[in-house]
Amino acid sequence: MITRRKLLVLLPAAAFAWKFVLAGTPEMAPNYNRSEHWWGMLLDIDKCIGCGNCVRACALENNVPEGYFRTWVERYHVSDWHQESPQVESPNGGKDGFSPGAAVGGKNFFVPKMCNHCADSPCTQVCPVGATFHTPDGVVLVDETYCLGCRYCIQACPYGCRFLHPVSRTAQKCSLCYHRITKGLTTACCESCPSGARQLADLKNPADPIHEFLKTHSVQVLKPHLATGAKAYYHDLDASVR
Amino acid sequence: MTVPVEGFMYPNEVELQWSVLIVVYPFVTGLVAGAFILASLERIFHVVAVRPTYRLALLTALAFLLVAPLPLQLHLGRPERSLEMYLTPHRSSAMAMFGFVYLWYLMAVLLLEVWLEYRHEIVLLSQNTKGWKRLLYRAITLGSSNISEGALRVDDRVGWVVTLIGIPSAFLLHGYVGFIFGSVKANPWWSSPMMPVVFLFSAMVSGIAMVLLLYMAMMKIHRLPIDMRCVDTVAQYLLYIFIIDFSLEMLDLIQRIYEADESFRSLDFLLHTRLFFSQIVLQIALGTVVPIVTLGLIQIFPVPEKLRRIAYAACGCLTIIGIFAMRWNVVIGGQLFSKSFLGYTTYKLDLISREGELVAAGLLILPFIILAVLIRILPPWPERQPTTGD
Repeated sequence: MITRRKLLVLLPAAAFAWKFVLAGTPEMAPNYNRSEHWWGMLLDIDKCIGCGNCVRACALENNVPEGYFRTWVERYHVSDWHQESPQVESPNGGKDGFSPGAAVGGKNFFVPKMCNHCADSPCTQVCPVGATFHTPDGVVLVDETYCLGCRYCIQACPYGCRFLHPVSRTAQKCSLCYHRITKGLTTACCESCPSGARQLADLKNPADPIHEFLKTHSVQVLKPHLATGAKAYYHDLDASVR
Repeated sequence: MTVPVEGFMYPNEVELQWSVLIVVYPFVTGLVAGAFILASLERIFHVVAVRPTYRLALLTALAFLLVAPLPLQLHLGRPERSLEMYLTPHRSSAMAMFGFVYLWYLMAVLLLEVWLEYRHEIVLLSQNTKGWKRLLYRAITLGSSNISEGALRVDDRVGWVVTLIGIPSAFLLHGYVGFIFGSVKANPWWSSPMMPVVFLFSAMVSGIAMVLLLYMAMMKIHRLPIDMRCVDTVAQYLLYIFIIDFSLEMLDLIQRIYEADESFRSLDFLLHTRLFFSQIVLQIALGTVVPIVTLGLIQIFPVPEKLRRIAYAACGCLTIIGIFAMRWNVVIGGQLFSKSFLGYTTYKLDLISREGELVAAGLLILPFIILAVLIRILPPWPERQPTTGD
């Protein structure tokens, strides 16, 4: 027979066990139906001014350790004669902005980078325990309570978006601010972008302006030959961008 | 700590993720697979000349296999969660299969084959020894003390079947390690269907060279005569497999050079700079060309026995160094360039850290200590085996 004393012992044990049952289940928000969304991001290279607001906002919002990046900004300088060998820099991930460029001639532009939340993500495929997983609404997340820290996912990501957190010793990456978007907010990087270079896109929402944009503009994903199903859509992406 | 970077690396790429311990892992599993394949030559393919190395090859494979998971365990960010790979494996992950492939090879192949091979002696030792040794041998008889002619015949037959299953299992074990790297499409240095095959043949090369070296060293230590027919045959097999291995590796390299895809400039740069010593000097020149030429010359020209022994020992050592260099070039080399192909980073090997030089050296020495213990418990040579006493 279960006495009150036994119940007091059993309940925390059951709660602890439930935590493991829930491993791989993303944080839920009330009134949020995951099957009604399919998230991606629109990144407009023409609009990015390299201010680094997005990098700072992301670091603050997600407590990203110094020297590691869930998002970063690269500055490209492409000379007319060396289209395939651009000069690229991203000092401190562009977090502190960029100093005036010394390069003259050719073209200069900024490229914001982040996890591409690929529909066929290689990082999810290789995770030996399923700690990296796809949510039904198209976001790739890491369950830090489950990750072994084997770093196979970091090797498998073609975009260099993952790192091993120096304290938790588990893999980390952009979560597309899942804790915010499931509550009807936008991501920290989009929120802080002064030029609208980053726009959260819900591809399942017919009212989302992304649909109009995709119809009327040419967009590209990074490294399309790898067929990862990347959902970070770049407008005006130069062929020199890697 | 600031890592010297040349050109542009994605900001999260500067730090290498897989350290020297991940170099040790394929090196050790390669030795396991190679030693087992050598053992199977006698058992399945009836190459009688290599019989003196049969038991040593089995014990070598076992000693190295017992150490194989340690570098992985030490490398994990959260080693206390490693059992999750067994409990909740992710079916699409090649790495998730490690535990199952490992356990299959250890329990269903190697331990079983060693036990069947030694069961006769184990039973005799459990009867003829005293004290803790008697207890130990009695325990490892696993309660099976029937050593009648019929029972031994069954042991032999079952052992044959286990070896037969063992050959594809050894291929699976090391081919799988190659697949771990070969299936990473994000990394052009790794991504190649040739990778499992190259890993497999290099494994055979390293395992055969290791058993050759160990056999000659053991004979010297125990002041027993070296069976030259045996070492000549082992050296011959080493040469044949080495030629296949080298041809495959060169085919892969030539194809990359000829194709010259977008990653080629990065790989070419590394071969001329950071990997020049480990790839061109150690792996290709000293670790492959010199042993192949030496072993080849021995096949063509009559060489005195003493000189042959010295040449085999030198070739064995160079081969082992060359194969270790090959693992280094794959694992470390594959992380030195950016996936943007626009820059290069540096790997700094710590002396004392969880993934440092001392730990790696310890993991490379540990199998020899285990092998020494195994040889004391289960002597591989008839001269050191007990008499029946009846």
